[in-house]
Amino acid sequence: MGGMHGLGLVAPEADEPVFHADWERRVLALVIASPTRGNIDAGCHQRELIPGAEYLSITYYERWFAALRAMLVSGGFVTEGELASGVALGPKVTPRLSAEAVPAALARQGSYLREGVGAAAFRPGDHVRARNLHPAGHTRLPRYARGRAGVVEAYHGAHVFPDTHAHGRGEDPRPLYTVRFAARELWGPAAPARDSVRLDLWEPYLEPA
Amino acid sequence: MAHDHHDHDHGQEPPSDIALRVKALDAIVDHFEHKTGPRNGARVVARSWIDPAFRARLQADASAAVAEFGYTGSQGEHMRAVENTPAVHNLVVCTLCSCYPWPVLGLPPVWYKSSAYRARAVIDPRGVLAEFGTKLPDEVEIRVWDSTAELRYLVIPERPAGTEGLDETALAALVTRDGMVGTARV
Repeated sequence: MGGMHGLGLVAPEADEPVFHADWERRVLALVIASPTRGNIDAGCHQRELIPGAEYLSITYYERWFAALRAMLVSGGFVTEGELASGVALGPKVTPRLSAEAVPAALARQGSYLREGVGAAAFRPGDHVRARNLHPAGHTRLPRYARGRAGVVEAYHGAHVFPDTHAHGRGEDPRPLYTVRFAARELWGPAAPARDSVRLDLWEPYLEPA
Repeated sequence: MAHDHHDHDHGQEPPSDIALRVKALDAIVDHFEHKTGPRNGARVVARSWIDPAFRARLQADASAAVAEFGYTGSQGEHMRAVENTPAVHNLVVCTLCSCYPWPVLGLPPVWYKSSAYRARAVIDPRGVLAEFGTKLPDEVEIRVWDSTAELRYLVIPERPAGTEGLDETALAALVTRDGMVGTARV
């Protein structure tokens, strides 16, 4: 939603608590303990599948809960009937996470950096243009950058490509770059001349400029 | 109710499967509510201010430098520290959803995840900063980092003037969460 107007002012809350209700604590913990958590890209995409009007009318943890529920059902971990009744009918298929195992589980890292992928096409300093792509599924190329020209600032190695991974079509790791876009290139002549936006973009999003 | 019975027949029963699963959920909540959060990041910033060798390591590989404090774990696999200077101010957003460097800042506040912040931080950073009471001179360059899950950004605010005599702990107490996201100065 980067660059959209009409979504109101930012309203910081003084001395904000980590959670605003007990059920938010439970949703956060369930998402982290869930067997569906392994694929962060699929989780992102599941939240994007919430219909737009509903997405804007519910809170952050309500979105998390809706996505978790959908992924547990589509992954075959629970049925709609079990969710409705609150009673598990089949055997529990997920191994139990014990409280003692939580610190190790939280410390575990899930890097999406992958070695042994071919050479990168771009180098820092190269002028590139974000391709004008509008996939129906998940992508990390924001709409406001599509078709815009920028400069490669850094190369980060090859990372799992979210556009395929979110849809269960494999990791397909691709080179990842930080690309600098001038604010005026994105937003027009009214933007301050010095300001800029940096995006981490995968090679398939980019073409030479 | 069964769990209200405390007679000898039931007192020695092991906890049920569901009770053990809930105990694990409570441990997860405890971690995010009490064991991580912006105090972690504040210690990193303070050390970066006083220890040039640490600052160099933080700039070269933020995840490795932050791990020196024991701050590791998911959603911090690849972190990058970006420094404010008198000429440059950094601001972090995730327009896609809510990516944030959990090991150093904990879970993001509601405003960071709000539609308003996600929509406007990229197109109107100065207006957003004004809503936080932060006014930057026009000549300061604003760099907005629209981050995703791969790299998580931590802003290193400028060390305030007049803090030369403070030690690392006292300096860390000055560092705010908003300062490390870039919506405020320290």
